[in-house]
Amino acid sequence: MSIKVDRDLCTGCGSCVNICLYSGIEMIDDIAQITDDCNLCGACVDVCPVEAIILEREKLKIEKMDITQYRGVWVIAEHFKNKIHNVVFQLLGKGRELADILEANLSLVILGANFDNNLEEFSQYGADEIIYIKSSILKDYYSDLYVKTLTELIIEHKPEIILIGATPTGRDFAPRVAKRVNAGLTADCTGLTIDLESRNLLQTRPTFGGNIMATIKTPSSRPQMATVRPGIFKPIKKSKRKVKIKKIDYDYNQKDSVSKIVKIINREKKKINLEEAEIIITGGRGVGSKENFKLIEQLADCLNAEVGGSRVAVELNWIEQDRQVGQTGKTVSPKLYIACGISGAIQHIVGMQGSEIIVAINKDSKAPIFKLAHYGIVGDLQKVIPELIKKIKKIRTEREI
Amino acid sequence: MKIFVCIKQVPGVSEVKIDPKTNTLVREGIPSIINPHDKNAIELALSIKEEHGAEIVALSMGPPQAEEVLREALAMGVDRAFLLTDKAFAGADTLATSHTLSLAIKKILKELKKDEKYIVICGSQAIDGDTGQVGPELAEELDIPQITYVQKFQIKGDKVIVDRVFRTEEVVVIETDLPVLISVLSEINTPRYPTMSGIVDAYQKREIHYLDAERLKADKAKIGLDGSMTQVWKISIPERKGEHIILTGTIEEMVQNLCENLKEDKIL
Repeated sequence: MSIKVDRDLCTGCGSCVNICLYSGIEMIDDIAQITDDCNLCGACVDVCPVEAIILEREKLKIEKMDITQYRGVWVIAEHFKNKIHNVVFQLLGKGRELADILEANLSLVILGANFDNNLEEFSQYGADEIIYIKSSILKDYYSDLYVKTLTELIIEHKPEIILIGATPTGRDFAPRVAKRVNAGLTADCTGLTIDLESRNLLQTRPTFGGNIMATIKTPSSRPQMATVRPGIFKPIKKSKRKVKIKKIDYDYNQKDSVSKIVKIINREKKKINLEEAEIIITGGRGVGSKENFKLIEQLADCLNAEVGGSRVAVELNWIEQDRQVGQTGKTVSPKLYIACGISGAIQHIVGMQGSEIIVAINKDSKAPIFKLAHYGIVGDLQKVIPELIKKIKKIRTEREI
Repeated sequence: MKIFVCIKQVPGVSEVKIDPKTNTLVREGIPSIINPHDKNAIELALSIKEEHGAEIVALSMGPPQAEEVLREALAMGVDRAFLLTDKAFAGADTLATSHTLSLAIKKILKELKKDEKYIVICGSQAIDGDTGQVGPELAEELDIPQITYVQKFQIKGDKVIVDRVFRTEEVVVIETDLPVLISVLSEINTPRYPTMSGIVDAYQKREIHYLDAERLKADKAKIGLDGSMTQVWKISIPERKGEHIILTGTIEEMVQNLCENLKEDKIL
């Protein structure tokens, strides 16, 4: 509900209860309280002598939507420390393709603070338009401000498709925006195409652990919203384009958000983002125990690699969640990927199949990972890995001399 | 204070198999469990209760057999358990699911005393659908702030202070007012095991409260399939791809062979 009673202001006079036609407001302990029967007519707001009832009209209830009014593809920018997340450029690549099929415009929407000098550069990634909402507080991510601003923009501009990075940030605001505008939202899409006749976005995503792919559509409402994980799509080749820039200043301040960012701290362990790692060693169920997982770490150490895990390894608490490779974790594309004790469920494969060289070490010669691996070793990883470590160290020493 | 914990019954393994003949999901023989992150949500609720005092209400939407996961939640120490079950709820996408859950929470919130606060805790995502969307959508329905991907949580008076993981290397510390909805990561805690007497009580003495569409006064257009904006249009089984060389010989030979290949590929 978007109607609220300010409990500090309410004097308990009861005028609102008398005016309400729907038993939508009642007195509880001498304070007005909105009930489920409220239909947001606003009668009580007007009658309250102390302005204690607040009706937020920004939330539109959309019924029997005329979807033909909606045109254009949007990509929402995510940024940190004044740097745009790579996924945004990847989404612009896909967005360009979709916009061309639809013969519609592609817009990049940025909620930020200090991007005035970067707009020229951003305009080379395929967008026809950049909508830049500028406010100093938007240098950081505020859930509620993003939701409010994006909702207002969507209602004003009516885009038919909105693409968002499936990062912790995108996955935070996207569902809430979707709910507020009553739009369908599909998470973690790995394929996006258009059915031109209906202009429906066909959104393909792995589900049930990645063993099946579901294609989802949202036929009766707009916008059609989709999140996509980093690394799935490719940016287009940079080129000079004529881009319409729409910059709007917003005078948000700290009071406009219910949340306060106390500070941003580094996570305890300093590690390279898996998505950026050149070499990744991952362990799965076959590693056997948390103790054995140290072997994976040792191998990673001597290759200067990052450690990752399959979903099972994360579920068993052998490795942290943010080191998970796969459909529900990270999508990685390192130069070398060594999968140890990983059978190769699709859930995992979708996250690492873009690796240049894949090595699999597994006891089970029938493990599906061997069908993907460039080099497979069928054997006990507890014997193979120490041997591999020994060999690599030897090569390293030889080179140093 | 009231703490609502939303839990989901999911297949016990993350990889559900496909029957190649019928092209349908094989769910037989796979035990149903509480979604792992939801156990972290229950654990957090229990620890808040221990520190600050609270009544913990567990909610689950699903078929009648989802009662199992609510029994487990009771065994862990949850005070009350509600199962939202009705054929009319079937086919719900996250929009319809969050709406249904919000109706139940709003119904129970009527018990709230003056100035009493509440928290809603969800797991950050379920291992079957993996969308992580129900939490934020539920927060929107309830019109309360949300903080997702929480790995550390504390209450100070009417405020909560949490660590939210938002990048690989950075964590943001956020402060917000109660009421609030948070979704938790597995890092936040280690869920406790139910005690023996907890289990016995959960099955023999405790009651599961059932809520259907009628009791929730649900608008049929907002629940189940009718309330869902997204539709599954097609289901397919992905193809695998890739070339492969299986190395042979003793472990030493295989490792030697691998290293030579990797050198050729200019990796080593």
